[in-house]
Amino acid sequence: MQQLAETTMAGPDTLLDIQNLTLSLRDQSGWVEVLNNVSLSVKPKEILGVVGESGCGKSMTALSILRLLPPRDSRLGGKILFGGQNLVACSESQMNRIRGRHISMIFQEPMSALDPVFTVGYQIEETLQRHFKLDRREAAERAIAALDSVGIASPRHVATLYPMNLSGGMRQRVMIAMALVCEPRLLIADEPTTALDVTIQAQIMDLLLGLADRTGTAIMFITHNLGLVAQSCHRMVTMYAGQVVEGGPVRDVIAGPRHPYTAGLLHSIPDSNRARGTLPSIAGRVPSLRHMPKGCRFGPRCSYSMQPCELPQNIENEGIDDLDRREVRCNRWEELALRGVGA
Amino acid sequence: MSLSAPSEQSALDVDDLHVTFGNPRRGSLIRAVDGVSFSVRRGEIFGVIGESGSGKSTLGRCLVGLLSPSGGGVLHDGIDPFRFSRPELNRHRRKYQIVSQDPNAAFDPRMTILQSICEPLNIAGEGTRAERREKAFAMLDRVSLAAEMANRYPHEISGGQKQRANIARALMLDPNVIVCDEVVAALDVSIQADMLNLFARLQEQFGLTYVFISHDLRVVSHISDRVAVMYFGKIVEVGPAHAVIETPLHPYTEALRSAEPEIDPTAADARQRIILQGEIPSAIAPPSGCRFHTRCPRVRDICRTQEPRQRELLPGRHVACHFAEEMLGEKERNGLGLAGGNGADHAASATNAMT
Repeated sequence: MQQLAETTMAGPDTLLDIQNLTLSLRDQSGWVEVLNNVSLSVKPKEILGVVGESGCGKSMTALSILRLLPPRDSRLGGKILFGGQNLVACSESQMNRIRGRHISMIFQEPMSALDPVFTVGYQIEETLQRHFKLDRREAAERAIAALDSVGIASPRHVATLYPMNLSGGMRQRVMIAMALVCEPRLLIADEPTTALDVTIQAQIMDLLLGLADRTGTAIMFITHNLGLVAQSCHRMVTMYAGQVVEGGPVRDVIAGPRHPYTAGLLHSIPDSNRARGTLPSIAGRVPSLRHMPKGCRFGPRCSYSMQPCELPQNIENEGIDDLDRREVRCNRWEELALRGVGA
Repeated sequence: MSLSAPSEQSALDVDDLHVTFGNPRRGSLIRAVDGVSFSVRRGEIFGVIGESGSGKSTLGRCLVGLLSPSGGGVLHDGIDPFRFSRPELNRHRRKYQIVSQDPNAAFDPRMTILQSICEPLNIAGEGTRAERREKAFAMLDRVSLAAEMANRYPHEISGGQKQRANIARALMLDPNVIVCDEVVAALDVSIQADMLNLFARLQEQFGLTYVFISHDLRVVSHISDRVAVMYFGKIVEVGPAHAVIETPLHPYTEALRSAEPEIDPTAADARQRIILQGEIPSAIAPPSGCRFHTRCPRVRDICRTQEPRQRELLPGRHVACHFAEEMLGEKERNGLGLAGGNGADHAASATNAMT
């Protein structure tokens, strides 16, 4: 525990600083721990990639930050410091002032995040009027400008349309317009391009990164696509079974992963530069929340697992300054000397 | 138009295939597949790449006889299945299976996995009950599913396991050809790798022929011998998998390749990024001339009026673009190895691309 506390010492220039976050959720059979001592940070204007398979806690971390979980059936522990304020302790009305204004979120499926019975123009205006003193006409103008900024060809017309009238790519553009209209300091993008075709994905990523750069918004980018992380993020963390297992600058992690899980994810992607043959894969699946292995949670699937792995693994970290610090939750990373991708 | 004459080795011969939906008199005719020709050899893995709306799934369904062509035809081992009567077609189709994307939709929630897997044999009326069960367990073993999974219901097993059971069921009638339509799209990357390995292993064990349909360039190029790139109902480029992916000769293939995020940072730095503008056009009002002209970065006047002819630029590589020769010239000047799809060539071209 001592060691963990140290790793979360983030510099004063940190925008979001999550310290030892734990989350438990309740279902019919009682409470179950979903996140275990998650610590990560996002600096202003930084793009942080969060990777892992489904069920590793990526989206749960995002929902915890925005406090979008049912209050009666969820329990948060630890700290989520955003600009010095602890979101875990914030009241609902304080959160309402933060959501959409200082932190906003884009979801994977824009159709379920947009309201089908209101025009997209109205939905953007609503966000604006909630946070700024604007009359309807001013809000409408700014909504149209926002639609224009996300590359929508006739924004005045599109503002009058309903979500069902738009294609998947257009809906995601509308979501981005809505998320960035208040120029938030942090944008959480949860698999924003997973439902889109690859050429549309490239358009949307390009747009998202360009706009965030212009408004100075930091992005916490949740994805299972390591290629997208390599291409767009500064730093990344890998999550597995509710824990952060590795973190560091993207290039360093990809060139030399330290956790066997990160290495497994990297190598299981088919690569056209590699000769055809058997793909290395990770055996088994993410453990169920109610049956977490006692020691290393990745142990049962890890091909390097040995006796010391049956003990809980602590996050080890190194690095001179905050930017190039690496952390890993594997006691054997030094002797393993895992292979990465590229140089 | 045929890319290669029907020969004795081909498992599938597709000749100028058209599949349309809707009513031409109401002006709602959609040409989902619009003049597609190719042949698939026995034992070959043929990849089809395309975005949503390109007609790749319609093509897949037509290949196994689930949809009838509106023009042109498909030959199964030299036989035209669409000449058969309904009962004959149903019997014939057993050898042509399709596995689709969503394993959740592929199983009846009220049947156990074993019941679902035995169903094709029940319908075909093959074997005794005991023989069917025995075969089902043998197939579960082939797809690496534990025997205790047999008595579970679909909701009790994971997506990856369901997809394995789905494949086991497709194998029950000893098919010649399996059309795999986005079979790994819904799976996590580590499970996807497992599944691709399984497909490759089964292909060897059973001597299967696959048509592997996917939007994922990496997946298709990993598993396939040859690939076809579809855009808006037409094939724009066909050739050996590695050659097409590494040195595309159609602007659309080039754009797809470039849109695929690169993991290796050095390779990413070396690559030219092309971001296509716009989306796939409306299916009811297809663009004039070349269908890609509304999004093509190399568009010129001729593209708006004349449809490009498909031609063989290099042995086995067919491209439909007015400027394919020009692209070929560019790539040759840049010293990219264009001749083959083997590993050595391919490594050489990758190094060249980086320098």
